[in-house]
Amino acid sequence: MTRGFFALLGLVLAAGIAALYWGTDGFRVVTSEGARELAVERSPRAVPDVALFDQNGHAFTLADYRGHTVLVDFIYTRCPTICSVNGDDFQRVLTRLQKNTGDRKIDLLSISFDPANDGLPALQLYGDRFGAEAPRWRIAVPADRHGLAALLKTFGVVVIPDGWGGFVHNSAVYLVDAQGRLVRILDPDASEQLAVATERVAAQ
Amino acid sequence: MNTRFMSSRLVAATGLWAILWFAPLRLALERDMAVHMIVQLPLLACVGYLLAVALRRHEPHWIAQGDWLGIPGLLLVIFATSFWMLPRMLDAALADPLIDLVKFLSLPLLVGLPLGLSWRRMPLLGRAFVWANFIPKLGAIGGLYLAAPTRLCAYYRLDQQAVAGWALIAVAVALGATWFVVVFVGWPAADGEAAQTCRAPQEAA
Repeated sequence: MTRGFFALLGLVLAAGIAALYWGTDGFRVVTSEGARELAVERSPRAVPDVALFDQNGHAFTLADYRGHTVLVDFIYTRCPTICSVNGDDFQRVLTRLQKNTGDRKIDLLSISFDPANDGLPALQLYGDRFGAEAPRWRIAVPADRHGLAALLKTFGVVVIPDGWGGFVHNSAVYLVDAQGRLVRILDPDASEQLAVATERVAAQ
Repeated sequence: MNTRFMSSRLVAATGLWAILWFAPLRLALERDMAVHMIVQLPLLACVGYLLAVALRRHEPHWIAQGDWLGIPGLLLVIFATSFWMLPRMLDAALADPLIDLVKFLSLPLLVGLPLGLSWRRMPLLGRAFVWANFIPKLGAIGGLYLAAPTRLCAYYRLDQQAVAGWALIAVAVALGATWFVVVFVGWPAADGEAAQTCRAPQEAA
């Protein structure tokens, strides 16, 4: 054993631990899903001012929501699984928020990432299925491809083909505050937490 | 070692690297989680192992001196493989070609190369320790992939994740069986060294 051994060992240990520390954001996350939740919580990001149209064919932009707290989710209306669950969750959250917060400005926004299939009729059908009424709960699709790409990038949504003609995507609910900043990424299954976090952000 | 041997190994290593980096093949291997983890990543490590075999004679003195029993080298291999086992790093490599390039450089240089240099220096007991840790852990990770109710990678489906889990378990079982045979029955051509994948022919020392 030589002094060179300890130098080499120390170097490898230091570099290895540093790399793993960096790669896990300080030993806190191992998945990209966890990483994006942590990143948003640490530094809220401004959402791009994208133009969309809703289930009534009404055009609007994300900037129209300034002064409102918005719960956003990403869907495609043909989705047989997770989006329906999201729809149900949204419905429940909406009911609770209406009961608790009265006239406080909290809106829901479901954005389709499948403009090829989700035209006005599809958005309307989806909205009817869950009793969504604009503008309190809009089912919307971006007006153009660039807007969609900008939204997916900012929110960190990854959409991949499911091999059966549909899509698989990271499902989450995105909380955008009154200043138009994405402040939290939440688990759609935990509707209680979702409502609490939303009320807290809305009360700020 | 003669120069022809060395240069043929160098050509093989760079050739394999270039083929793996070639876009259609690279994307094909990365399309599936199991193939990405069990074919592409080990092949990249093999590139580095071939480099080590070719360049052994030119190993700097301070490395040969400091790499006592191959411990720092093996530690480097463990850190680098752990890093690329992070699901978010697989995602990052798929999302960003630059990160993929980092993967393509670090797996040969920080996994295969140090493995090829340090493994010879490691005593039999040390090698046995490494295998005995590596094989069950591989199987355990496979089991975790199967048990995970959610997707670990944003770019891979849940069913792909399950296939990757089974594949890892299969590799662990195969390695375990091979290891058992080598230890208790004996490797036909072995001269006291455990067998391993992508091993270059023994050099006439």
